[in-house]
Amino acid sequence: MSLLDGLQSLGHGTLSMLARMGRAGLFLGRLMPSLDMSLRRPGLVVRELYASGVLSFVIVAVSGLFVGMVLGLQGYITLSKFNAVNSLGVVVALSLVRELGPVLTALLFAGRAGSALTAEIGLMKSTEQLSAMEMMAVDPFRRIIGPRFLAAFIAVPLLTLIFDAVGVFGGYLVGVAMLGVDNGLFWSAMHGAVSFRADVLSGLLKSVVFGFVGAWIAVFNGYDAVPNASGVSRATTRTVVNASLAVLGLDFLLTAWLFS
Amino acid sequence: MVQIEGLTFRRGQKVIFDGLDIDIPRGKVTAIMGPSGTGKTTLLKLIGAQLRPQAGRIRVDGVDIHRLGGRALYRMRRRMGMLFQSSALLTDLDVFENVAFPLRENTRLPGGVLRTLILMKLQAVGLRGARRLTSSELSGGMARRVALARAIALDPMMIMYDEPFTGLDPITLGAIVALIKRLNDGMGLTTVIVSHDVPETLGIADLVYVISQGKVVARGSPETLQQTDSPWVRQFMRGEADGPVPFHYPAPPYLEDLMGDAP
Repeated sequence: MSLLDGLQSLGHGTLSMLARMGRAGLFLGRLMPSLDMSLRRPGLVVRELYASGVLSFVIVAVSGLFVGMVLGLQGYITLSKFNAVNSLGVVVALSLVRELGPVLTALLFAGRAGSALTAEIGLMKSTEQLSAMEMMAVDPFRRIIGPRFLAAFIAVPLLTLIFDAVGVFGGYLVGVAMLGVDNGLFWSAMHGAVSFRADVLSGLLKSVVFGFVGAWIAVFNGYDAVPNASGVSRATTRTVVNASLAVLGLDFLLTAWLFS
Repeated sequence: MVQIEGLTFRRGQKVIFDGLDIDIPRGKVTAIMGPSGTGKTTLLKLIGAQLRPQAGRIRVDGVDIHRLGGRALYRMRRRMGMLFQSSALLTDLDVFENVAFPLRENTRLPGGVLRTLILMKLQAVGLRGARRLTSSELSGGMARRVALARAIALDPMMIMYDEPFTGLDPITLGAIVALIKRLNDGMGLTTVIVSHDVPETLGIADLVYVISQGKVVARGSPETLQQTDSPWVRQFMRGEADGPVPFHYPAPPYLEDLMGDAP
């Protein structure tokens, strides 16, 4: 009996996950054409860009600084064993622009802004605000969800660039200012080894993909939330979990495609 | 104004409406009454085409509303106001901006005209002085009046009220009842009220439909319904605790249950 129960709940869980993925696909199909209002009224997107992007600046910048500092320290310790501390700038910059910048920014964004987006849209649904908009002849997809999706999609690559820049500065602080790596060599080695096209743009492409998927997951979970307190809370958790797993999984696929 | 013909709507296995027929005349106050859980709010969502029926049709101003798509449906909704039970005010906007919202989104009126219009709507509900309050600063009754001002912002041809009398103090209740009647008569609106508050609704309704278990069980003016022979309608109208609709949910005999013999 318990084995049957287990199988039943496994089947139920799988079916509901597949159904949710189907709904997410239909949701995206409805969302894309409704972005026309966001393009015609950029003010709506700018306001959301402030809420999800500008307000995430501090957490992204502080995290970038510490990650860069840790990279500088760990890199220095390892490289000094091989007498190659002059390559510290390369290690820090490549780690950041190829991997840590896009991935960590996307994870931080999912926790900071993605969860807030889900909660906001979920609460608007549960308090009938979205329903009321429909009855006021205002399409919530065009007026509410579209601008939020687009703003989150734009914010992630921009925040990634900030994370990368602050991280490199953190590595510089530890490597050059504290541990005494040569300033000129730190920058020139970085300049020589980091390719704008192969490294920076590839990292940016990753963040564009992460931004799209993270924004999609956040607004979909808000719209799909069961309209009550526990439903919104579950949806918020789901956004952070789904977005984090999606980012890490996609990162592997993109890395295999871009850098192999 | 609204003709509902053979409407059938199911949620999963549960039948909400089963061949429902309702005719809502133009310019009158029509009340749709029934106990909780009979699908009164669902009916308003079906009239507003937020839900689609499995069978039957709903014609609004002569047009089958479920055949309208995209822009045509939104054009029709501009002519239909709706007051939600929860008021559904936009929480990040103040009173003025809440009432302005449908106008800003659907029209290109110059700022001065917009302001005048909104002040007129707020004056009609007695809240012109509260225009800069946020939605969290409003009492339940005030929020409902703001929602009412918002519902009439686009000068609709009809307005639907979802449980407008629930949870209000006597003064606010009186104000809302008077407002609904005044708006209907003064603006030449068609009014649909969905409610289970009998005295308030009967006080202003011209025509009453009582629905139960997916069908219309009584129809007529408030006076004729109060003289009804049907014991079920009489119990509902008089608010009697017991009658054809039993007070107790089906249960085994009380004594047997207390003695622990019942399953």
